[in-house]
Parts: sequence; structure tokens; C-alpha cells
Amino acid sequence: MNMSLAPILEVQNLSVALPAGLDRRLAVDGVGFEVHRRQIVCLIGESGSGKSVTASAVMSLLDKALTISGGKIVLDGEAITEATAERLCELRGDRMAMVFQEPLTALNPVMRVGQQIAEVLQIHKPQMSADAVEARVIELMTDVRLPNPALLMRSYPHQISGGQRQRIMIAMALALEPALIIADEPTTALDVTTQAQILRLFRELLTKHDSGILLITHDFGVVSDVADRVVVMRHGKVVESGSPQQVLTAPSHDYTKALIDAVPKFRFRPEFPASEKPVLDVRDLTLVYRSSSLFGSKRETRALDHVSFSVAAGETLGIVGESGSGKTSLGKCLLRFETAESGEIFVADKNLATLSGEALRHFRRNIQMIFQDPYKSLNPRRRVGASLIEGPVQHGTSRADAIERASELMELVGLKRDALDRFPHEFSGGQRQRICIARALAMEPAIIIADEPVSALDVSVQAQVLKLFEELRRKIGFSMVFITHDLRIASNICDRVAVMQRGKIVEIGPTEQLFCRPAHDYTRELLAATPGQGPRSERAL
Amino acid sequence: MVRLMLWRIASAIPVMLIVATIVFVLLRLSPGDPAAVIAGDTAGPEVIARVRAELGLDRSIPVQYLTWIGELARGNLGVSILSKQPVLAQIKDRLEPTLVLAFSAMVITILFAVPLGAIAAWRHNSWIDRAVMALSVVGFSVPVFMTGYILILCLSIWADILPVQGYVSPASDPLGAVSHLILPSLSLALLFMALIARVTRSSVLEILGEDFIRTARAKGGNNSRILWRHALPNAAVPIITVIGLGVALLISGVVVTESVFNLPGVGRLTIDAILARDYPVVQGLIMFFALIYVGVNMLIDIACAFVDPRVRL
Repeated sequence: MNMSLAPILEVQNLSVALPAGLDRRLAVDGVGFEVHRRQIVCLIGESGSGKSVTASAVMSLLDKALTISGGKIVLDGEAITEATAERLCELRGDRMAMVFQEPLTALNPVMRVGQQIAEVLQIHKPQMSADAVEARVIELMTDVRLPNPALLMRSYPHQISGGQRQRIMIAMALALEPALIIADEPTTALDVTTQAQILRLFRELLTKHDSGILLITHDFGVVSDVADRVVVMRHGKVVESGSPQQVLTAPSHDYTKALIDAVPKFRFRPEFPASEKPVLDVRDLTLVYRSSSLFGSKRETRALDHVSFSVAAGETLGIVGESGSGKTSLGKCLLRFETAESGEIFVADKNLATLSGEALRHFRRNIQMIFQDPYKSLNPRRRVGASLIEGPVQHGTSRADAIERASELMELVGLKRDALDRFPHEFSGGQRQRICIARALAMEPAIIIADEPVSALDVSVQAQVLKLFEELRRKIGFSMVFITHDLRIASNICDRVAVMQRGKIVEIGPTEQLFCRPAHDYTRELLAATPGQGPRSERAL
Repeated sequence: MVRLMLWRIASAIPVMLIVATIVFVLLRLSPGDPAAVIAGDTAGPEVIARVRAELGLDRSIPVQYLTWIGELARGNLGVSILSKQPVLAQIKDRLEPTLVLAFSAMVITILFAVPLGAIAAWRHNSWIDRAVMALSVVGFSVPVFMTGYILILCLSIWADILPVQGYVSPASDPLGAVSHLILPSLSLALLFMALIARVTRSSVLEILGEDFIRTARAKGGNNSRILWRHALPNAAVPIITVIGLGVALLISGVVVTESVFNLPGVGRLTIDAILARDYPVVQGLIMFFALIYVGVNMLIDIACAFVDPRVRL
């Protein structure tokens, strides 16, 4: 890194004011940092830390309610905080570009992806001929390793995979080789193996185009993999910055320490005693999705392909794999939201797969679900108490008993009894997930299915919820199927793990054995792609 | 795409069948004996019985029903009591003015209401937005005959630049046709514009909050590109759908507008037939309007699939 060169981006003492009447006055408070050429600067912090607002301020894409109240942003020697709206339009896309977190919603759904890349060229280089634009689009798509660009450019966003969409976003950002690329959580919505590829791609492109990257993330694994410099933010302020070695191994601020501690690490549970009788016994479960195309030709997708496993009383079985591997389909099948093509699901000696109607409804109390997004899985217009007692009352518990039990559960999950009288929006994400856990437990199920229950939460909250699961298992002991894409989290909570790929369980076994001595190539691939570390590496993270 | 079209055409058949059944039942339920009406006030019981036999009303209800459906399927809507002409021929004769009027009202609406709504959304909470919304409340609340008469008063009587009433076929005198069409299509369009401007505004407003609008800004797109190239095409599906539903509004508007401006169209025919209790014509017109409505909405569905690739199956 050549320090004598002027930085591409200088943010000096930047403050962004929030609209009046909120809990704090400034979303960003006196933030300053620099990004140099061929450098990746990671801006890290939890939700509400002001990292995304800082990025939007640099791009001048702040929400109308927010205003820059102080400080200066200098891009390649030009103070863009003083630039006119026209000048900003010229700069955006040309000198600075942005990659957003959710590639599905960030792409225009009714425009072909090739056209969306071409648009950048058409805006900034109107003199380019249509042929030259198309050639450049294909070149860019090849650069980001999209397969068969000439064909893919005619697709719409919903027709391609999440990883491909994010590559389209990146190709769009690179179109004019901007000096600065801002990437806001660019890999959060992606699978680990795709994430690893995209991060590698960033690194390569940096050298090729001689640009600088401001990478916003909440994942310390990503930081330790790619960062040249780290800036830690909290409540709109920079609490610490420095080289990754320095920040990760010897953090000087308590908040950084706490954040690093909260990052899930590979930590295995003591071996689970082999038990006699399984609570859940799944045999040869097969689920096929059928779709028919234009001329009636049928397409079959095997979401589950002869899946067999069992869960013992008190045991937690992890289901890991990438998106599309069939994890979520499995969860839906176990709850009978989907009806399996063939196979058996035994819960407490009853075959769930053949139940229907009233019998199924009654039996469902034995299986309860905890969903990924605690913001969407509670009815916003019902008090928490009503959500909690609804199930038990439906199944014959008296109202008074159900309320009493609900109050006990509230305390058990670390909330106060009076939480029952409040509405979901009065709680934070972590508290809501506690409520969802209590709701599942209220039914006294034989088994709980948890589908990515901590993925939507900040790392520090994630750690608390995982600890809660641990405590609850000790206190009341339940069996659980825990679906996750994060192997580190799986290692913390699961006694055994099943690895799924394309609807099949490719490997199943005790967690420590499976992660430390993986037998299947795919398991190895997943482990290698986990950001920040492999399970046996001695790195700080 | 072909499949979607075939499917939509096939699903129109049961809808038409249900409409036909409802029309049949309504007429059997309505008070009075059609045979007595047709035979006239002076007719004796034998004459009425003869008319009844001629009309087939002496046969059982299921037989009557099957005959009605069978004749419909062959395109026979019966014969008018008043003019003794086949109903279908009568509708055909009156079709041109109505189609010209409805079409020009539709064009005016789309040309003005969609851009107005989009601009109102873009300048959300500005005076333009408030003005457009206020106008659309007025347009929606004032009945069509009111706007019609006010327009006649202002532009024909006071200003004396446009003819008061009447119809000139575009085939015979294009210029005269336009001057005769301006007032009726404008008064008919106002109601429709109010609806479409509102829907456009709210759907564009919603789209402007989407992530891909931010992406378009990050690419350096200027305001007009973002509004017309990114926001509007995405807002098109709800707008097109409401245009389709609004055809019902247009049909009722046509009936009133044609009376106000004395246009010899299907709307006038409807009013005349109802006033004269010309049952076969009323039945025929209900079937005709239902067919138009179903047909337009079928086209709308296909248009949606063209605009939004996610709808294509």
C-alpha cells in the first residue's frame, strides 16, 4: 500500500442528524476515516450503529428525513458534501458505486439484468454504440464469473440465483471502474460458499481496477478474511479503528471486545449419551415439487430425497446446508405444512405422515416451530399473552392455567411477567425471539423445529439467544431440530449434525466428529468456506 | 404466454354462462307478464296466450332456459319488441358512436391521468400533489351529467367554440367528428381520470420506496429516468388492473354521456329499451356489456403478463 498517495475517500468529522423526537439526535456523530486505493476498509457494527447511514451519506443517498449536519466527505480530492445534485448524478455510478445487501430487491424486477448493467454505461457514456455497450456488459459479466453471459443477460432477476444476482450487482458497480466501491453487507444474504467466492472476487477486482472498497459488515469472520483496515462503530460513533490484527487480537475498547466475544466460535458440546428410544424418527422422507412449463412438460424438483434420521429425547439435531439444499422443506414436511411424497415421520410412535384432518390438528401440538424472523412471526395486533395462550386453550387447557403457564415461561425466557400485556412492536428483535421460543414451549411439544432462529439477530443478541436455548435445555430438557446455515452456531448447540445437499443427507454424525473429521467432500467445502476460520485453525477468530 | 391466453379465454366461458343464467332468472323473477306487455293494453286473453306460445313462455322453465342458452350460443339475441329488428343487428348499428366515445375517453385518461399521478407521487406532499388529489376528488364526486352540462355551458354556449350535441362519424367527416367528440369524451374521461390518477399516485409512491430505486440512484440515474424508466413500469400492473376494472365505470358513464350529448350509441339504446320495457333488447345489452367487460379484463391480464415478466407462466 502506497501511503504517499492521497486517499480516495476521506470522511471528516461527519455528523448526520435524525428527525426530532427520536431517542438520539444524531444517527452519525463525528465519524472520520479514510479509504486508500487497493484497500478494503471494513466498517463494522451492530444494527443501529450508523454504519449504513454513513455509507448512504457518502453516496448522497440519505433518506429524506436525514440530513448531514456537519463534517465533510472528500472523494478523490473533491468535496462531495458541497456538490450540486447534477454533479452527484455524474459521480454516482462513475466515480463511486454501491453494492447493496439484498440483491433480489435491489434489482429492478421488470428489467432484464443485462439492461440493468448497460444502463450505467448509457447514463454516463451516451456516446457509446449499442454494440459496444453489449460487448462491455458481456465482458463485465465474464469478469464476475457469471456463466454464459450472452444468454444470462436476457434473464430477469427472479430467474437467476441469489449469488448470480449479487454478481450482477457487482458487475453493475464495476461497469465504469469507479475509484470507490461501497458494499453494504454484500454477502449477508448469500450462502457461505458463495460468500467466499464473492469476497475473493472483491479482492481480485481491487487490484485489477486499482480502486478502494468500503465494506460494511456485521461479521467479524468477513473482517478477518478481507479487511486491510477496520473501523468499529457504535451508536453513531467510531469507537475503535486500526489494522485487523490490532483490532481483532488486541481490541482496546470494551465494546469491540464484547463484539468479538459474541462471534460464534466452533465450540463443541460434551458427547450426548446414546439413548434408547427416539422422539422423532424419520424414514425415507421424499418430497417432490412439480411445475409445468409452457407446453405441458413437467419439471420435478426433489426437495427431499429419501431422508432418514432420528432425534433422541433431549437431543438437538442440527440440519446444515446451503440455500436450496432442502433444510427448510424438511422443516415444513415435519410440521406437515407440506405433504411428503413417500416416507414416514414417527413422533411418539405415531406416524404423522398419514394423519389428516382433526387428528392431524390435535397431533400438531407435539411439534412446534420457531421461525427465522421474529419481526414477522408474531401477530402485530395481538398482545403477546394472547399469542402465547391461544395454542394451549385451543387444545383444552383452561384459560387461567394457560395464563399461569405463560407467565412462568416469560420468566423462564428472561422476560418480565407483564410482557404478556404488551404488543410485539414494544420489544427488540432478541426479545421477540424469546417470546417465540416461549410460544413454542407453551404447547409442551415432544419436539421443537427451529428454522434459522438466530440468523436475523445481531451477534451479541445471537449469543444471548443461544445461551437461552442452552439454559432451557438444562431446565426443562426438550428435543429439537435446529436448522441453520452457520456451522459455528450449529457446533454450539447441536449434539449431532446432518449435512444436507440437494435434498439428501450426505453426512450425519456427532457434531465434533463430523466437523473435525469430515467424511464427505461437501462437508469439507462448507467448513472451508466458513468465514474467519476453520474449526481447527489456531487463529484468534 | 400462449397457455395463459388460452386459459383466460377458456375461463371466460363459465363467466358468460353465469351472466346468462342470472339474466334469465332476473327476468323470470321480475313482476309482470312479458306476453301481456308485448301484446299491448288492448289485447284479450287469447291474444296474450298466442303471444305467450309464440315466445315459448308456455313451456317449462328448464326448457326455456336451455332454449335461451342454445340461442345465445348461436349468437341469436332475439327480436326487439319495439322495432321488430333482431337485437344483435340493432346493437351493431349503434356500436360505432359508443366505441369511438369510450376509446377516446380511454386515450385521454391514459395520456393525462398516468403522468399526473406519477408526478404527484414524485412531488409527494407538494402543491402539485395536493392539486392533483383535490382535482381527483372533484372528478370522482361530481356526476357525469353535471360535468357534461357544465362543459356544454362553458365551451359551447358561452365560449361558443364547440358544438352542443350530436354525433358525426369519423369516417365521413374526421374534423367534425373530433369537434363533436371533445366534450362528451372529456366529461366521461374526468371520472375515469380521477380514479386512474389516484391509483397511479399510490402505486408509484410505493415503488419509489423500493430498494431498486436506490440502486438506480446509485447508478447516477437522474430524476426523470428513475421516475419513467424504473418506477412507472413497476407500478404498471396495479394501474392496468384498475383500468380494466374501471371499464364498468366507463360503461355506466357511456349510458349517461350519450343521453346528455344526444349520441346515437348503445348507451342511448339501453335507456330507450329500459323505458320501453323492450325485454329482449335489455337482455341482449346486458349480455353484450358483460362480454365487453370480460373481454377487456382478459386483455388486461395478458397486458399484465407483458409488462411484468414475473406474471408470465
